[in-house]
Amino acid sequence: MTLNCAIVGSGNIGTDLMIKMLRSDKLAVGALVGIDPDSEGLARAKQLGVVASHEGPDWILDHAGDFDLVFDATSAYVHVRYYKKYEEAGLTAIDLTPAARGPKVIAAVNLTEHLDAPNINMVTCGGQATTPMAYAIRRAVDRLPYCEMVSTVSSKSAGPGTRQNIDEFTKTTSTALREIGGAETSKAIIILNPAEPPIIMRNTVFGALPEGTDHDAVLESVYDMEKTVAAYVPGYRLKNQPVIEEGPYNTPGGVVPHRVVVLLEVEGAGDFLPTYAGNLDIMTAAAMRVGEAIADHREEASA
Amino acid sequence: MSAKITDYRLIDSTLRDGSHAISHQYYAEDVIRIVAGLDAAGVQVIEIAHGDGLGGSSFNYGFSAVPEKELIAKACETAQQAQIACLMLPGIGLADDLREVRELGVSVARIAVHCTEADITEQHIKVAKDLGMEAIGFLMMAHMNSPEGLVEQALLLQSYGADTVYIADSAGAMTVDDVRRRVNALVKALDVPLGVHAHNNLSMAVANSIAAYEEGAKNLDGTSAGLGAGAGNCPTEILAAVSTKYGIETGVDPLALMDVAEDVVRPIMPRQQVIDRAGLLLGYAGVYGSFLLHAERAAERYGVPQSEILLELGRRQVVGGQEDMIIDVALELARKHAEQEVTG
Repeated sequence: MTLNCAIVGSGNIGTDLMIKMLRSDKLAVGALVGIDPDSEGLARAKQLGVVASHEGPDWILDHAGDFDLVFDATSAYVHVRYYKKYEEAGLTAIDLTPAARGPKVIAAVNLTEHLDAPNINMVTCGGQATTPMAYAIRRAVDRLPYCEMVSTVSSKSAGPGTRQNIDEFTKTTSTALREIGGAETSKAIIILNPAEPPIIMRNTVFGALPEGTDHDAVLESVYDMEKTVAAYVPGYRLKNQPVIEEGPYNTPGGVVPHRVVVLLEVEGAGDFLPTYAGNLDIMTAAAMRVGEAIADHREEASA
Repeated sequence: MSAKITDYRLIDSTLRDGSHAISHQYYAEDVIRIVAGLDAAGVQVIEIAHGDGLGGSSFNYGFSAVPEKELIAKACETAQQAQIACLMLPGIGLADDLREVRELGVSVARIAVHCTEADITEQHIKVAKDLGMEAIGFLMMAHMNSPEGLVEQALLLQSYGADTVYIADSAGAMTVDDVRRRVNALVKALDVPLGVHAHNNLSMAVANSIAAYEEGAKNLDGTSAGLGAGAGNCPTEILAAVSTKYGIETGVDPLALMDVAEDVVRPIMPRQQVIDRAGLLLGYAGVYGSFLLHAERAAERYGVPQSEILLELGRRQVVGGQEDMIIDVALELARKHAEQEVTG
């Protein structure tokens, strides 16, 4: 089954998503919708033979019968205004903004949990990059008392949405480490680095390891998860081998004797965005993965 | 209390930047004694928080021995005349942290950011202002931006409502001339007062602070006994003594500050604040001062020279907050060394 999709938001993320979707045999780009008739994204859509509109989300509602899915790459503000309208129009929305109206999905962890939900939230770029590793640690131990992530992105790849509301990023990401990653307590940190040439997105995950943890099992689980994520984000990799360091560490989840340190790099595929912007690439790649999973799910249901 | 007319305002950061040098292991009795001493000596503003600001207690920066808000409450209770300040870095701390410390009695919020990223502070400066706090925009690693670039960033901070703008020589990398050019440009461009936060890696902290004053800075930072990240900060008691010699009115008592440094702070210092090779290298290579102890631990753990780690961090242009890259660099160096042994 091929689902017909509307992408709303003709900025970097929406345009990158369109280019990825043109390669998919499960998702078809029905339209790219923006609000600026002169945007580079809409020009690119026309070049590629994709229907382009500058009439914004209302255009999609006027053509709701033509589409199965809406990928929202606008802003939390716009998504909050439209998410109910998409649902009422019978459109499933995959939300790439931080609006967090629907259940959170991390493609490598709970991909199939919310396939019937009318609205799915893709968390944050840092959340897509690090929650899988929190989960990988958690599944190898009895309990994960505390997990922490540090995300460093190039200044050039951090848009005004992130910059004006950086607390939203850290709070949403931290919540995902607990709710989906399985940590009991958590913290998220984001750093912007202005170096030239721009640095590739880096993420570090620290997991608190209680007494009696099988360290080899933790490391093995981390290596397995690298493969799982890399299957849909080809530039996702361990930059160095994961290491166990000896403490003790006085974490918010209690004192633990050891920690595991997972050093990750996310290089973008370079579809529309430069390869350093792995933070944007992992969002569009994860959203694609969710859209394709919905397509498979509907095919099974109709079979 | 009668407000004294002073030529600049002194902000002491022993309980915030000094926290790096003791790996964030302050206890309530330390806070009470240090605040009491600084307050009695006439220091106008005392800053307290985890070294990496509110919410800094973490794997990446080191966990605090005592939750910082308990210590902040003690500081607010102890101070008679001094204002209590907190520092926070957007991306590490939250606006909610500002709300909590405001309740405890903190009246000055320093919102700190890398010197090219001022636009991430808008939300937090506005929250601080809404809470009725003085908001200070604090540009870190100021050696990495030109005077013109800093002016552009400082004007953003001013436009968000910052009451004061600071530049911080977080790596202790600036010479007197570097400071003069930056302060001069900023004082000319800004309507709000300027401040300078100096580190001592090149043994320039006091000289740089005095030069900043001469160019028009109205706020200067110090820490007692120079306790602080990297090679340490501008020592408050030396700054006060030198200022007095210059005839600059500070409103603080240099002798009382010498007592605090000698009798209260030095006894709790795990080591004296000296400019050793690693400390000097930070200033020379322009690397964030708080990386020092983390790099020392990683060097020991992975058997690679600390100096190589610091130089590589400088080459990668890492910024404040990227402590995780120390482990990354140490692992890579360890691998390279191992490969060389095999092939060599």
